[in-house]
Amino acid sequence: MSFSFDNLNPLHLDILKEIGTIGAGNAATSLSKMLNRRIDMKVPEVKIAEFKDVEDIMDGAETLVVGIYLEFQGDISGIVLLVLDVISAKRITALLLGNAHRDALNEAFSEIEVSALEELGNILTAAYLGAISSFTGLAVKPSVPYFACDMLGAILSVPMIQFGQTSDRAMFIETDLINGTERFRSHFIVIPDIESFTVILKALGVV
Amino acid sequence: MDRVIKVGMADLKVIAGNGVLVTLGLGSCVGIALYDRTTKTAGLAHIMLPSSKLIKHNQNKAKFADTAVEYLLELMMKMNAQREWIIAKIAGGAQMFSFKGSTSEVLKIGERNVQATIEVLRQHDIPIVAQDTGGNYGRTIELHAANGILVVKTIGHGVKIL
Repeated sequence: MSFSFDNLNPLHLDILKEIGTIGAGNAATSLSKMLNRRIDMKVPEVKIAEFKDVEDIMDGAETLVVGIYLEFQGDISGIVLLVLDVISAKRITALLLGNAHRDALNEAFSEIEVSALEELGNILTAAYLGAISSFTGLAVKPSVPYFACDMLGAILSVPMIQFGQTSDRAMFIETDLINGTERFRSHFIVIPDIESFTVILKALGVV
Repeated sequence: MDRVIKVGMADLKVIAGNGVLVTLGLGSCVGIALYDRTTKTAGLAHIMLPSSKLIKHNQNKAKFADTAVEYLLELMMKMNAQREWIIAKIAGGAQMFSFKGSTSEVLKIGERNVQATIEVLRQHDIPIVAQDTGGNYGRTIELHAANGILVVKTIGHGVKIL
């Protein structure tokens, strides 16, 4: 079967949403443990869009954002990108590192803040992939995280190019992390490569 | 105020006379700006991948360096551009995420996009008069039809006028 985002049927979309929801739930639980406080994750929204419309979905291609990038390999392979706006990233590092870092809101990211955000990427990705793994019985192992702070469009070019190999559309799983009344805007983008989609659907007995 | 026309990812546009073609937040993609100063014809493509020949899913001409240059030339000629006067300026092709000792092929795509773009322009005999590529940061570029100037803006890496 040739799988592409250009010819997704409603069943495939439902499965991808379900995987997204389970993965996000698992990731929120891990983050709650890490921060020792309750973190909820909004039920993710799955969006599929043409490349030229991508920058309209997230606001502003020139917005300064933080990106944490990982790759995964095993029975399935692909890439993961966590995108946070700068304010949310600063607030999360303050939670992770304690209040001493509260004042540093307008400064560049220090080495320890970068490490904390990379660790956040690690934990969310491990939890997310763990969910997919137990759901499908497929083995998967993530790489080390990579950090960047730059224009949204530039950061997104990395996953978009991955989609571009096989499709004219891209899929996003958008979710907010919620800490009480505080809302961290984030985009968690998981892109199994195209062969892996077929592997996942097969493992679930759909194709 | 000049009209501003956005060029999205895997997209291309051509204008003549006046106006500005803008592509926001180029990362590993490459912006290919073609310009003929005799007719003030300007074309800008935002390509994502080196070659349409390596990929089955290749209907979108603006997505690849090879087909985007061909299509830009075709559209510019339709607007009466003078083929022998067309020059190129290119920007982008960054490696957004880097890590010591990384062997990730995914992350090196920017460099491959730049190489492919240079090769395609050479095949078409279009001189590259200016280039701002590589690095690990994003770029916003503006191509001005009135004078062919390409403005490259970054966050924390200054502004360049090409």
